[in-house]
Amino acid sequence: MRALYDRLKQLFPLGEPTWQRPDLAFVTVPAEFLRPALLHLRDREGYTHLVLLTAVDWIEDEQFQLTYLLSNRTQARDIGLRAMIPRDAATMASIHELWPTAATYQRELREMFGIDFPGSPRIEEDFILEGWNDIPPYRRDFDTLKYAEENYSQRPGRETHDPATHMKQQLHPDGR
Amino acid sequence: MSMKPELMKRMVKGPDGVEFEVEPLRDYFCEAPPTVMPAAYSRIVEDLFNWARAESLWILGFGTGCGAIEMRPLMTPRFDAYRFGVQWRPTPRQANLFIISGYLSTKTLKRAIRSYEQMQNPKYVIGLGSCTINGGMYWDSYNTIKRLDDYLPVDLYIAGCMPRPEALLAGFQELKTIIRAGKAEGANKYAENFEWYKANQKRVIHDWDMPDYNW
Amino acid sequence: MDMFPPDRSQYPARKADGTLDIDLASGKYLKLWQGPNHPGITGNMSVELTVCGDEVVEGKTHVGYLHRGFEKLMERRSFIQVFPIVCRVCVPEPDFNEYCYAAAVEELAGIRSPERADWIRTLILEMGRINSYMMYLGGQAGALGLGVIAQWTTYARDLMLDRFEELTGARIYHMFILPGGVRDGLPDGFDQRMEETLREVERTLMDVFEVMFRNAVFKKRTVGVGVIDPAWLEPYGVTGPNARAAGVAKDVRRDQPYLVYSRLDFEPVIGHDSDIYTRADVRRRDVLVCVDLIRQMLARMPRSGPLMAEIPNVLHWKIPRGETYIRGECSRGEYGYYLVTDGSGTPRRINVRGPSYTHAVALLERMIVNVNISDVAALMVSLHTYPPEIER
Repeated sequence: MRALYDRLKQLFPLGEPTWQRPDLAFVTVPAEFLRPALLHLRDREGYTHLVLLTAVDWIEDEQFQLTYLLSNRTQARDIGLRAMIPRDAATMASIHELWPTAATYQRELREMFGIDFPGSPRIEEDFILEGWNDIPPYRRDFDTLKYAEENYSQRPGRETHDPATHMKQQLHPDGR
Repeated sequence: MSMKPELMKRMVKGPDGVEFEVEPLRDYFCEAPPTVMPAAYSRIVEDLFNWARAESLWILGFGTGCGAIEMRPLMTPRFDAYRFGVQWRPTPRQANLFIISGYLSTKTLKRAIRSYEQMQNPKYVIGLGSCTINGGMYWDSYNTIKRLDDYLPVDLYIAGCMPRPEALLAGFQELKTIIRAGKAEGANKYAENFEWYKANQKRVIHDWDMPDYNW
Repeated sequence: MDMFPPDRSQYPARKADGTLDIDLASGKYLKLWQGPNHPGITGNMSVELTVCGDEVVEGKTHVGYLHRGFEKLMERRSFIQVFPIVCRVCVPEPDFNEYCYAAAVEELAGIRSPERADWIRTLILEMGRINSYMMYLGGQAGALGLGVIAQWTTYARDLMLDRFEELTGARIYHMFILPGGVRDGLPDGFDQRMEETLREVERTLMDVFEVMFRNAVFKKRTVGVGVIDPAWLEPYGVTGPNARAAGVAKDVRRDQPYLVYSRLDFEPVIGHDSDIYTRADVRRRDVLVCVDLIRQMLARMPRSGPLMAEIPNVLHWKIPRGETYIRGECSRGEYGYYLVTDGSGTPRRINVRGPSYTHAVALLERMIVNVNISDVAALMVSLHTYPPEIER
């Protein structure tokens, strides 16, 4: 993995890598270099299998982290490319010509995080949700409990026992 | 409310070159609201009807959630629901029992309502699993409804996550006693409180693009 | 096979942007919805077909009917509270969710599960795989009208569910593999009852082989139909039996062994024709591999030792910042969990990578073109997709 990192480093400005396992590493790539890096990994290094494409919402940094996980079957190794993009008006280059299946992931990200991938097929269509009228639900600032309470009527008589507060009441009834 | 393009009123040119106007919501659906089905004139006849209804529960084979996986063992000799007069039918027209097998996302709720309304009277609904009763595991989910009886008239609930096949068999027996006692009035309740059900349904289904009652 | 006439003049042309130029008003094409309430569909999903005559010219998958927002719900729950809901992601084979989640948490928290727990985990995963394949074989036969096969395989699956019930206390959702280990060891007499069940499974498979795989109708409907071109495997992310039926020995159990698979003796099953028949046959032979693996494990499994590693107080369990990806080979292909933690008591993000995600959307839309309508159901079942893991 380290040899691969050194080779990549000569071509692209990479961030600090994380060596998670001997066969799994994560590297940060600037968003504009992501597509060439993916192309290089796919065509020159044998990372031909796109395992997943997903996003993480780092709301305190005002950033989305896009993770592209690629796998090399013959060497049984995985590399995750992280691309940080700003959270407001999030846009990313589409990679659906590299992997047709990426179009599905991009449709989901568009719907669930509000990240736009211009040019990706059927990106405007509903994928999972139907008639959604709030901010994209996987964003951290979307409160699913509040939405559920406002929109769906709950049956009366429901009690919740959050384990942490319940144990605290059991062990420290005087509230210390 | 945005209407899908294929549901809008438009001019269509047929293969023979003749142009004609199509208004899908009026032409393809019947909009007459449901009516209450009165009981038979005599008690004995009504009892006979109820006995016949109870002994032929035909289930709509629409697996709306995880509970559908325990339906399969019921169709096999080990649990053998067929001996109770229960069988599965592929289309709503042939079925009289709709088992909501688990949580309903709002997207499925729309299809479930359409399927329910296409079923012929008399018809019954069973809510299967804790998630149909009060949300269950998904009590804080943004996409699943919490109380099924706000949207469809439920005759019987079977609790559990997930209920065992034996629980389902017991549920069928319970439903039979309810039907034979003449208390399974879900479809009539739906007709009586039609406005209330529709208001509830439209509150959660944001892109309502079908007629109010379609069968 | 000469299933369709070579005359393509009736076919729609492509527009400049690559989409098909389909004019529904011309009356030449018809739009058909298959699902979600349709017997010939795999679970609660639907396919929007555009047909010309009885041949499909375009198919679009519609999913989302089972979306519960798991990935959002998991972000609101502490690490131990996530554990009971992960198995609900995929109904017919829930154990992979438990394993992948537990392994991801263990890796980020620096916990090692005890060796005996690893053996029991492997045993449970293989038992779940048999269940899943049995459901598949019944569904594949049912899609072509052989209803009795489903009766037999569901019976064999029920026996395996009894073993599950004995071991974990539940039929479908076991909630057995929790972060740190497993809940319990094997009960007394389990080996013997398991052996009886395995024999019954093998006998059922013999019957299934005679009645289904040697059936002339089944062969005529499946041989040469629904071929996955081996060139599609990488672009469309095809894994598991779908890839193995195309002659590519992709099997995570052998390529990147997890749990105790490196100590077990097995070979991935491979087919070469890549049609519906081969995919069904690969799965049938894979059940025999599972049976063999379970026998090996029961013979070599350590019978004493700890079942749970030390884990912190689950009410105050915080995991330092990190990210990881754990994969396993489930009955449909590569199953994986991508877990991101940020040092708090709840996960930052969990992404479930189900094999159906690529198989049922991108691959199915590619394969369904030029297929006869009557073969669509068989084709969809043959990809062995479970909708809940697409939309979670």
